[in-house]
Amino acid sequence: MIDLLLRDLKLSVRAGGGALIGVLFFMTVVAVIPFGVGPDLNLLSRIGPAIIWIGALLAALLGLDRLFQTDRDDGSLDLMLMQEQPLVLTVLIKCLSHWLANILPLVIASPLLGLFMNMNEVAIGAVMITLLVGSPALAFIGAVGAAVAVTLPRGGLLVSILVLPLTIPVLIFGVSASYAAVEDPAPFLPPFLILVAITMFFSVIGPLGAALALRNAGD
Amino acid sequence: MTESLAITKFSDLANPTRFLALAARLLPWMAGLCCLLFAIGLYLAFTTEGDYQQGDTVRIMYIHVPAAWLSMMCYSVMALSAIGTLVWRHPLADVSHKAAAPLGAAFTLIALITGSLWGKPMWGTWWVWDARLTSVFILFLMYLGIIALNRAMDDPSKAARVSAVLILIGFVNIPIIKFSVDWWNTLHQPASVIRMDGPTIDGEFLRPLLIMAIAYTLLFFTLHMMAMRNEIWRRRIATQRRMAARTASREV
Amino acid sequence: MSHAFYIYTSYGVTALITFSLIAWTVLDGRARRREMAELEAAGIRRRSSVSAHEGKQA
Repeated sequence: MIDLLLRDLKLSVRAGGGALIGVLFFMTVVAVIPFGVGPDLNLLSRIGPAIIWIGALLAALLGLDRLFQTDRDDGSLDLMLMQEQPLVLTVLIKCLSHWLANILPLVIASPLLGLFMNMNEVAIGAVMITLLVGSPALAFIGAVGAAVAVTLPRGGLLVSILVLPLTIPVLIFGVSASYAAVEDPAPFLPPFLILVAITMFFSVIGPLGAALALRNAGD
Repeated sequence: MTESLAITKFSDLANPTRFLALAARLLPWMAGLCCLLFAIGLYLAFTTEGDYQQGDTVRIMYIHVPAAWLSMMCYSVMALSAIGTLVWRHPLADVSHKAAAPLGAAFTLIALITGSLWGKPMWGTWWVWDARLTSVFILFLMYLGIIALNRAMDDPSKAARVSAVLILIGFVNIPIIKFSVDWWNTLHQPASVIRMDGPTIDGEFLRPLLIMAIAYTLLFFTLHMMAMRNEIWRRRIATQRRMAARTASREV
Repeated sequence: MSHAFYIYTSYGVTALITFSLIAWTVLDGRARRREMAELEAAGIRRRSSVSAHEGKQA
C-alpha cells in the first residue's frame, strides 16, 4: 500500500506540471475575480473566503479525470482489479496520493491568495484550515466521478458536471466555517465539525462507490 | 403504494418479454385512468375557492407540489432500480433507471418553472435562494448529469451499471445536500421572505391537490412503462442488427 | 382572477412539458415499432436464444 502511494506520488511528480498547473489555475481564477467585481478592498475581503474556496474547488476538479485514466491506459488498473487487496483500499490510497500531489499544494497556496484578497490573518488561517479538512472530501467524491467516466475518451468535462453538485455541502460548510471565524456572532465549531464529518463520511462512501464503478466499467 | 406494486412486478418479471406483454395489457387502463384523474383534478383546481392570503395563485400549487413530489419519487425509483442493476443484475432494472431519468428531469423542470412563476407574485421575484428551490435545482442538475453520462457511453449495459453507481452515490448525498442547504439558508435567509409553508393546508385545497398528485404519479408510471418498452425495443433492434450484420459478413 | 397571467403561464408550461414528454415517448415507440417491422420484413427474426442471450447481457 505504501508502495502504491509512493509510486503514485512519484509518477505525478515526475509527470510534472499536474500540481503546478492546478495551483496556477487556482491563482488565475482568484486573480480574475477582482477584475470582475472591482478593486474595492473591503468588498474583496468580505467575499475573499468564498472566492478562495470556489477557486480551490474548481482547481481540485482539474486533474481528476486522470486519476484512473492513466492507470487504465498502461494496464495497471487491471492489475489493481485482480490483486488480492480489496479494491476499496487501493482506491483510498489513490485518492490520498491524488490529494497529496494535487490538492495539498492548493491548500498551501491559499494564504498567498488570501493576501491578494485583503483578508486578515484570522480569515486566512480559517480558510486554510477548512480547506485542509474539507479538500480530502473533494478528492473522494471526485474519485467516484473519475471512476464512472474512466472509459470515456473525453471524460474531463463530464466528471466536473457530475461531481460539482455533490460537492455543494463541502463548499457550504467550508465557507460558513471560515466566515464564522471572522464574524463574531456565528460559532466556528459547528460548521467545522460538520465539515470534518462530511469528509469522513465521503472517505467511506467515495472509495466504495469508485471501486464499484471501476469493477463495473471494466470490459 | 403503486411504487411497491411495481417493484414486486419487477422482481417477478425477469423476462423482458413478459414485461412487454404485461405493459401492453396495462397501458391502456393506466392511460385512461390517468386522463380521467387529470380531468377531475383540473376541474377541481379551477373551481375551488382561492386562498384569502395568496389569492388565486394557490392554484399553481396544484401542479407545483405534485411535480416537486414526483421529482423526488422518481429519484427513489431510480435508486431502487440502480440497486436492482448492481445487486441482482436485473435486465429490466437497467432499462428502468435509464427510462426514468428524462422523466424525472422533466418533472423537476416543471416544479422549478411553476415554483418560479408562483414566486413572482408571492415574493416579488422570480427566484429566491430558498432552501427548497435550491435543493430542487441541485436535483435537476443531478438528473442532467445522469442523462449526460448515459448518453456518453456506447455500451448500454455498461452505461447502466456505471450510472447506477452514480445514482446511488447521489441518493446517499441527497439528505446531506438537503441538510447543508437548509443550514446555509438559515444563515443567509432574509427575514422578509414569506415561507411557503406558512398557512396549513385546508381541506378545500387538499382534495384537488391529492387528486392531482395521484394523477401525476399515474402519469409517471404510464410514461415510465412506455419509455421502458421503447428502450427494450431499441436494444432488441440493436441486437438484431448486430446479428444480421454478423451473419451477412459470414456469408460474404 | 388575480394574477391570471402567472397561473395560466404555469399551467401552460406544465402542459407543454407534459405533452412534449408524452409525444416524445409515443413517437419514440412508433419509430422503434417501425424499425422492428422493417427488420421483420427484411427477414431478420428474433430467435428465442437471442432473447435469452440478450437478457443476460442487457
